[in-house]
Amino acid sequence: MSVINAKSNGTPKVGVYVCHCGINIAGKVDVQATVEFAKTLPNVTVATEYKFMCSDPGQELIQKDIKNGLVDRVVVASCSPLMHEPTFRRAMSDAGANPFLFQMANIREHVSWVTLDKAAATDKAKALIAAAVKRIVLHRPLEKTKVPVKPDVLIVGGGIAGIHAALTLANAGRKVYLVEKEPTIGGHMAKFDKTFPTLDCSACILTPKMSAVRTNPNITLWTYSEVSQVEGFVGNFKVKVTRKPRYVKEELCVGCYECVEACVFKKGIVKDEFNVGLSRRRPIYIPFPQATPLVAVIDPESCVQIKRNKCKKPCVDACERDAIDFNQKEEIKEIEVGAIILATGFKTFDASRISRYGYGKYPNVYTSLEIERMVNAAGPTGGEVHLANGEKPKAVGIVHCVGSRDSKTNAYCSRVCCMYSLKLAHLIKERTGAEVYNFYIDMRTPGKGYEEFYDKLLKENVHFIRGRVAEISDWSTIMDEEGKLVIRVEDTLIGAVRRIPVDMVVLSVGLEPHADADSVRRMFNISCSHEGWFLERHPKLAPVSTFTDGVFLAGACQGPKDIPDSVAQAGAAAAEALVLVDKGFVELEPNTAYVQEEFCSGCKTCVGLCPYSAITFDDRKNISSVNGAMCKGCGTCVAACPSGALQQNLFTDEQILQEIEGVISYV
Amino acid sequence: MSYIYYPGCSLKGTGRAYEESLLAVFKALELELEELHDWNCCGATSYMSVSELKAFALCARNFALAEKQAKKSGTTDLVVPCAACYLGLNKAKKYLDQYPDIRTKVDQALATANLSYNDNIRIRHPLDVLVNDIKREDITAKVKRPLNGLNVACYYGCQIVRPYAEFDDQENPQSMNVLVRALGAATVDWPLKTRCCGGSLTGTVQSVGQQLSYFLLREAIRRGADVIVTACPLCQFNLECYQNEMSGRFDAPVHIPVLYFTQLMGIALGIGDRELALQRLFVPFKPKAIMRQVAGGANVGN
Repeated sequence: MSVINAKSNGTPKVGVYVCHCGINIAGKVDVQATVEFAKTLPNVTVATEYKFMCSDPGQELIQKDIKNGLVDRVVVASCSPLMHEPTFRRAMSDAGANPFLFQMANIREHVSWVTLDKAAATDKAKALIAAAVKRIVLHRPLEKTKVPVKPDVLIVGGGIAGIHAALTLANAGRKVYLVEKEPTIGGHMAKFDKTFPTLDCSACILTPKMSAVRTNPNITLWTYSEVSQVEGFVGNFKVKVTRKPRYVKEELCVGCYECVEACVFKKGIVKDEFNVGLSRRRPIYIPFPQATPLVAVIDPESCVQIKRNKCKKPCVDACERDAIDFNQKEEIKEIEVGAIILATGFKTFDASRISRYGYGKYPNVYTSLEIERMVNAAGPTGGEVHLANGEKPKAVGIVHCVGSRDSKTNAYCSRVCCMYSLKLAHLIKERTGAEVYNFYIDMRTPGKGYEEFYDKLLKENVHFIRGRVAEISDWSTIMDEEGKLVIRVEDTLIGAVRRIPVDMVVLSVGLEPHADADSVRRMFNISCSHEGWFLERHPKLAPVSTFTDGVFLAGACQGPKDIPDSVAQAGAAAAEALVLVDKGFVELEPNTAYVQEEFCSGCKTCVGLCPYSAITFDDRKNISSVNGAMCKGCGTCVAACPSGALQQNLFTDEQILQEIEGVISYV
Repeated sequence: MSYIYYPGCSLKGTGRAYEESLLAVFKALELELEELHDWNCCGATSYMSVSELKAFALCARNFALAEKQAKKSGTTDLVVPCAACYLGLNKAKKYLDQYPDIRTKVDQALATANLSYNDNIRIRHPLDVLVNDIKREDITAKVKRPLNGLNVACYYGCQIVRPYAEFDDQENPQSMNVLVRALGAATVDWPLKTRCCGGSLTGTVQSVGQQLSYFLLREAIRRGADVIVTACPLCQFNLECYQNEMSGRFDAPVHIPVLYFTQLMGIALGIGDRELALQRLFVPFKPKAIMRQVAGGANVGN
């Protein structure tokens, strides 16, 4: 950013262009009256109106007046600057004017769309135009700065979204760092048996992609690792990644399982995370046979050698490649990347939070993720669905919307549960022949082939009962309920309360942001919705960008998503990242802060306040200075500076005061 | 510690045993209860459903009187033992807080009686006081007759924790269980602890009302309970008074003592049977005999 010397040839010449926006503005604002009003304002040389200022003929109006020397500063009274500021700035540039001698008066979102009374709307539009004219006179020509972009990309999270984004970028020839906090990539998808609605085997479609990640020379895969620090800005991020010690040398281990077999614990002693607690693993383990990388890991919480330094260490003897290293330490990797894609995924709702459903109390009440593992041929039961006592269930109830569509837990719909409940209903019926009851509020199956799958389930004689389940309990009112779990529900189609006895209950838990989502979003300096999902820049037109340039979103970290949507979004995020790094440079907005050195008292108030670490303190000169490339123009330091030494381009005190005066003087 | 005490009509009538045992237990634990002077009906569930505004005005009069009395007694806590009164007063307080139009009308009504309500009272249930105002070990220390071996089903009924859940979980309340365990007894896992006892249906549509009470009793017995304790005069009445009739009407006979939780506490604290109004029970609970009986019995539940 730099300030070009203003062409101060006489008084400023302001052009005011009022947009009708069809009837969006003209329906409420008397456009003609605002134009007549603008003509009376000081420094205004041209005031006119047009049906659509953003159209080519509208832009040409401005360009013609600039070229003819009638105007050198432009006010467009139309919509939000978020919508068309770039359009008009570009039009000015093309006509040879400095694009920052431009100001928008938002008379659509701030006036016509929100004001019922026509006269009041016209008055407010006039006030906003007066304010813009007052301020534009003080605008100075500014220039965008070009900063080169680092070519590599960081992807955080190795689920299906992160994997797909990594492969897309790597195949485009980009170097990618893929960071995953678990010992293996694969995420939730690796745990599933089948995927809806096609019922193709989850592992069969996922594992080839996992091994492609492992073998692609453009991908650096760091599992069991977490991003610990992010500095810098778009195109130039400096990132620290902490690699936790796995006590097994990754470059030597071949995943032969000899060490696991040799462990002093002949039975599992720790709840197996991959089987969501349905089985137990040993302190040294490989998460599952297709884990990527296929490398053992030692859990320091349960390994007696690490905890108490008291083990015969048979694992060390068993390893022919001397891969086990109890002295391994945490390692910090520092990398520089141009773009970051967050694909950190979700966690499932903790069903024990709804005590009336009895999860954690009744052994035959399971979560859907537990059943996913149970129906998986490679899971803890070899694909058999059975009760805690080993018997096959004769009746199974699947409870939808557990932790979804409920103001007490999560108000939103988790989007995937209807479909995965249908899938589980099919698989349970196939494996056990049991009567399967689905308890739903609404069936939501809007996807390609989804409604057809629902239809198929109806034909398979799966029962569907519309109503939110009130309670699951183990006490009976009649003989048929003895020894069963009883699901009490209001069947809203027949208008009666029913008690359905079953042997097994599946709670279709919803999707939630990770517990650490808030600290992650702070680290990457992005926003989140009130539920905790990472916030996209625009819900429709910028669904994978964030408000921090250069940070993109993929998959369920942005909101509940199924596999097809996650993959589609990952592809889009990869493409956006590619656009950024392939361009090679970024242009930075010049709305940055700067220090007027003669006024700076060296109090350092600003240094600690800057959320972007853009302010440094010069101890020799005893003043602060702003790094224009890192400043985001948030204005925090400017507002805080006690001596008024900090000013911000496009928002100087004088510009803001004049703008306020413009509104007030009109009113 | 001292509290203003709002008895309500039940504790002076069918629920006399509740009042007598409550006063005895609070005294033993050195908690002072000072009855609200000139208190009136809380409006109960019936007035609430006929005219909410009048019910709120009735409650507000009690609040205004309590505030007046608070100036002398120095406490703003109003202890309300009856479940229906507790719910009604809580509801009135919440509505007066939240709805200015109701508040204006109620304030006007109070003004005609030279009274005013200034939001300076707290409504407390005795369970809330006993769990949150005194330490559990202080209760345990005062236990003279530990109830070891006794299996208790703690029954909260529908009104104490729903819908407001002021001091305990709405769906799986624990405060009474915690108190009972502090006395040395075990509590049985009984998922019906907040289910309807039949309420006034036992008087109007007996077959339905008794069916509801019957499930509670049968299931408590099945789960090994020696006694049920409750904190609601109507629940106590419904569960206790029709046991003979229910035994004839339904498949399995039911016979189990139903006490106020304060009566059971009093027994453990060594208070005399008559002071605890045990003679008012229809299904007798003779501490000595029962404790002798359970001493050799198996301990079930948690």
